[in-house]
Amino acid sequence: MNKYAGTPLDQRKLKRDKIFMTSYVPKLRYRWDTGEAIGRYLQELRQGRLIARRCDGCRRIMIPPRMFCERCFRPTDDWVYLNDTGRILTFSLCYVTWDVRRLKQPQIPAVIEIDGASPGMGILHLVKKVPPKQVRVGMAVRAVWRKPSQRRGSVTDISHWEPDNPTKETG
Amino acid sequence: MSRRRVAVIGAGMTKFMHRALETPKELAWLAVQSALGSSQLKLKQIDCVVLGTAPDAFDGVHMKSEYLSDGCGGWRKPFLRCYVGGGTGVYAVAQAWFQVASGMFDTAIVVCEEKMSTCQPHPQAAFLTIFDPITEQPLKPNLLWIFALEQTRYMETYGISVEEIARVSVKNKRNALNHPAAQLGAELTVEDVLASEIMAWPVHRLMVSPTSDGAAAVVIAAEEVARRVTDKPIWIQGVGWCLDTAYWTNRDLAYPEYVEKAAWMAYRMAGIKEPRKEINIAEPYDPFAYKELHHLEGLQLAPKGQAPKLLADGVFDREGDLPVTPSGGLLGVGNPIAAAGMMKICELFWQLRGEAGKRQVPGKPERGVAQAWGDLMQVGTVVVMGTKRPE
Repeated sequence: MNKYAGTPLDQRKLKRDKIFMTSYVPKLRYRWDTGEAIGRYLQELRQGRLIARRCDGCRRIMIPPRMFCERCFRPTDDWVYLNDTGRILTFSLCYVTWDVRRLKQPQIPAVIEIDGASPGMGILHLVKKVPPKQVRVGMAVRAVWRKPSQRRGSVTDISHWEPDNPTKETG
Repeated sequence: MSRRRVAVIGAGMTKFMHRALETPKELAWLAVQSALGSSQLKLKQIDCVVLGTAPDAFDGVHMKSEYLSDGCGGWRKPFLRCYVGGGTGVYAVAQAWFQVASGMFDTAIVVCEEKMSTCQPHPQAAFLTIFDPITEQPLKPNLLWIFALEQTRYMETYGISVEEIARVSVKNKRNALNHPAAQLGAELTVEDVLASEIMAWPVHRLMVSPTSDGAAAVVIAAEEVARRVTDKPIWIQGVGWCLDTAYWTNRDLAYPEYVEKAAWMAYRMAGIKEPRKEINIAEPYDPFAYKELHHLEGLQLAPKGQAPKLLADGVFDREGDLPVTPSGGLLGVGNPIAAAGMMKICELFWQLRGEAGKRQVPGKPERGVAQAWGDLMQVGTVVVMGTKRPE
């Protein structure tokens, strides 16, 4: 037997229908319940607010909120409202969609550290309304909310994040 | 704690390829057959079988382990499937080590298989559900995001350039030219890598490992058996693994602390105090170019932020002071998820025996470390192997 066995399929043969195969498209639907902490998180998002949970064990203010602290392994203690501003911890300029279609204008996914949460507490979201080349780690950004009538209790109730107006930072 | 010494006594793998004619079960069979041949044991001499394989969604076969078990040599044997995403290939060896070290079994097959080409239109879709269904999936994320976000954070924290990262692709794809099972060996320059399409800045296409079909396997045995069947056992000196929180946006992505914890678990067991001086070869997980550097730092083989400099100085070349990924890695040999980690274990086996052919690193290496990574950027799995019998 060949030491490194295996038969790479030849693309030309595939085109000439020389390889038999069968296919299947699963038809599955899922419904995810939010649970306590994320349920409240989504409810507050619909009101245009960001909310976190505080743990009195490690004193972290955590977003996304959670009903138990994974480090202290005890119940978290209270709800804490946060500002809808923050800083870019890291970002990418992504030219590919999930199904590997190419984009001319990149999407800008980012981890945004939320003002009022503990240092390093970020959420995943999208940055827009900024030339891609100008995005920087550490950039101050603010949430741009959908109109109240369009909010559904989803992370997409925040349409995106955009650079914060510097004059607002003095407060 | 009383535990038995365990050695790897055989290794084998299939070609890694974009799309294989063989079914997942046939791929597993080919790898196991090759590993058994290398160990000179017959299947009837094998006491138990451990399988590592990643999401069922790739093959579209639910409870894939039951489906694969025949190909693994699992017929009427104690059989175990273990799985920690991309970290599975190295983790599987640690889980099989338990079976033998505990005294329960004398021999085990450890096999890892993945057939990603089955998933249409692209296996990337199978990765989508690793993101949180409520707080992340509505943003329509893709897998490139998390790698690009982590790479940006790594570069920003330590002032690393994209050119420095690109050198990993150049080295690994060049090393893979000497691997007979490799899918993507190539002679490239840093300029070639940077001229390749930007997928998700700062990640270029040639910094990303391919999707692959393939399988790899090893045979392990307790000392008494290993001594009887070979005069070149490669000892499993240490195993370690560690899982960080799934709240990945709450972690500092610049440094993989969970890899450090896993590494020290394995190093303590192996009696290693100064990893940089006591390890001769490393096979860190390299699904993306920056990950090799990130992981070398987690493995304590480079100071934080300094791996790119050591790479540029040639330290990690095959003839360098610490050869890193002499196999060619995931970037060069290919990335059938779980099988890719197992390929790294096979590489250490061949290198430490002096049987790596054109890939052989000079200087008779005595000890190597293999590491894999996965789940939602949160697991580190580490195995230390060497020519010297553990204390």
